[in-house]
Amino acid sequence: MTRYAAPGTEGAIVSYQSRYDHFIGGEYVPPARGQYFENPSPVNGQPFTEVARGTAEDVERALDAAHAAAPAWGRTSASARSDVLLRIADRMEANLEKLAVAESWENGKPVRETLAADIPLAIDHFRYFAGAIRSQEGSLSELDDDTVAYHFHEPLGVVAQIIPWNFPILMATWKLAPALAAGNAVVIKPAEQTPASIHYWMSLVSDLLPPGVVNIVNGFGVEAGKPLASSPRVAKVAFTGETTTGRLIMQYASENIKPVTLELGGKSPNIFFDDVWAKDDDFRDKALEGFTMFALNQGEVCTCPSRALVQQGHYDEFMAAAVARTEQIKPGNPLDTETMIGAQASNDQLEKILSYLDIGRQEGAKVLTGGERIRYDGELAGGYYVQPTIFQGDNRMRIFQEEIFGPVVSVTSFADFDDAMKIANDTLYGLGAGVWTRDISTAYRAGRTIQAGRVWTNCYHQYPAHAAFGGYKQSGIGRETHKMMLDHYQQTKNLLVSYSPKKLGLF
Amino acid sequence: MDDMNGIGDMDGIDDTTDGLRHGDGTGHDDGTGARGDDVVPRVAVTPAAAGLLRRLRADHGPLMFHQSGGCCDGSAPMCYPAGEFRTGGSDVLLAELDVEGVAETVPFWMSRSQYAAWSHTRLIVDVVEGRGSGFSLEAPEGVRFLIRSRLVGT
Repeated sequence: MTRYAAPGTEGAIVSYQSRYDHFIGGEYVPPARGQYFENPSPVNGQPFTEVARGTAEDVERALDAAHAAAPAWGRTSASARSDVLLRIADRMEANLEKLAVAESWENGKPVRETLAADIPLAIDHFRYFAGAIRSQEGSLSELDDDTVAYHFHEPLGVVAQIIPWNFPILMATWKLAPALAAGNAVVIKPAEQTPASIHYWMSLVSDLLPPGVVNIVNGFGVEAGKPLASSPRVAKVAFTGETTTGRLIMQYASENIKPVTLELGGKSPNIFFDDVWAKDDDFRDKALEGFTMFALNQGEVCTCPSRALVQQGHYDEFMAAAVARTEQIKPGNPLDTETMIGAQASNDQLEKILSYLDIGRQEGAKVLTGGERIRYDGELAGGYYVQPTIFQGDNRMRIFQEEIFGPVVSVTSFADFDDAMKIANDTLYGLGAGVWTRDISTAYRAGRTIQAGRVWTNCYHQYPAHAAFGGYKQSGIGRETHKMMLDHYQQTKNLLVSYSPKKLGLF
Repeated sequence: MDDMNGIGDMDGIDDTTDGLRHGDGTGHDDGTGARGDDVVPRVAVTPAAAGLLRRLRADHGPLMFHQSGGCCDGSAPMCYPAGEFRTGGSDVLLAELDVEGVAETVPFWMSRSQYAAWSHTRLIVDVVEGRGSGFSLEAPEGVRFLIRSRLVGT
């Protein structure tokens, strides 16, 4: 095991600056109104840096820089942009451990996850879009002997990206990599809970990017996010978050007739058919791990498998094993590589989770394990910790219908295939789902019946590049982590060309 | 932050007895049974939340709530200047909150589809320390509105 020292303390492999300004036009620029806000680590609740509190003036300055940079960046060759992304990936790989510790300290997530997932995935997504843009081709349509329609991809220009706090660097990468590959300049607003780790990332890669191609404006949604999302100077807005803000961003975009991509969460069902229990083998073990994935990233994942549907035939045996497996989850200091569940990202997030533990009990759900806040003494005192919690109840309870965004799974049983599909689709959302069975026909039919954009089949919580990710129903618009995301950052230019010297003859 | 624990003092809750109204503003009963015999408020406000609303009203003018769903900062109420968020036929007006010291009522909205899952609970708007994202007005003050819930009939 390894216990990393907290950033900025003796023996630490990485340090944060004591203050971060906005990154605009390739340099750090103080906020126009001179205000900053404190940034606490959820590990202990203590501020470790302060960050510029951006306003409309700062957003305009960033948009000026982005508009100055966009034309030249958009004209660079695909190979040149690809090369920039590959160099960014290489630089991140060389600093993987530092990025992982910085991310863990700011978000509260266990460093074993940032070392194994967040940062390696971010590196790979940059490489993927570096390759995708090299291989992208336009098209032509030969309409007749003399007439050809050419279709070119052109960048949108300047795009706005609003990043969530649950995977600050990885979610920024999901949006930055395709936007940059496609030739856009970006103004990015990190979440106010996690405004700093992207600046550590930028300190590693800023020399690789032309000034103004990536601009970072920090601040609060109402003060910085709104002027960015509502600006007529952005060609597109990308947002990951919740439904009300998603609707508000669509409303702003409608005023300017701009496209949006939205990822707004889910209440993902994780379905375990009876035949999972047919043998005590690797697959059963894998399925139990799949159940326990609700605790990944403290449950702060849009696709958290927060509803488990377990078939009645082996329900008791399965749940006894699932509870035992959940109770093996090791909580503690996120900077310890043995720790499996760390801190919730903010105090209000902690309070919201606790409010759902309360309403779940009021509704009559049974707590099979967990159900309480964890309070530590010593170095973790003041941090935001919750026990991995399993509720057993009914799908119409609010804990089955609303995204808690914590390490909480709500379990119910089902009778047969149709019952499972009915419960699975009885939700406002359709982002993720899991299906576990040894029968390929059942797996296929379930995957096609579930109204969700991503159905993990005999696996869960894998996020490889080149597999499309996005939502059905109220979970959003667009597909990330796949080359089709390039289309969301490009215009189509059609040149309709006549090679005939002859007139049409109408006039 | 002394008043952050106001939730424990249920007697101090500012309440409303308004029933539900359709998003089209017609004000007629939507059939959820909340109108008329609903003596317990559908949406209430803790003293701490009322205090925050008074401060926000002074800074931003008339206010509104829309309850969010979904990931990240979802499942929490968003507070906007009145009219900033456009409601429509897909929304339900749960209450017009009467907050002491605020000249006009504060409408509390939720999407109709989400309300289908929430209708058996009544909501208490509270406030906690924290740093929510989203575009809610109170976030820069280092606090966040939060919903606490009680089952209807309790």
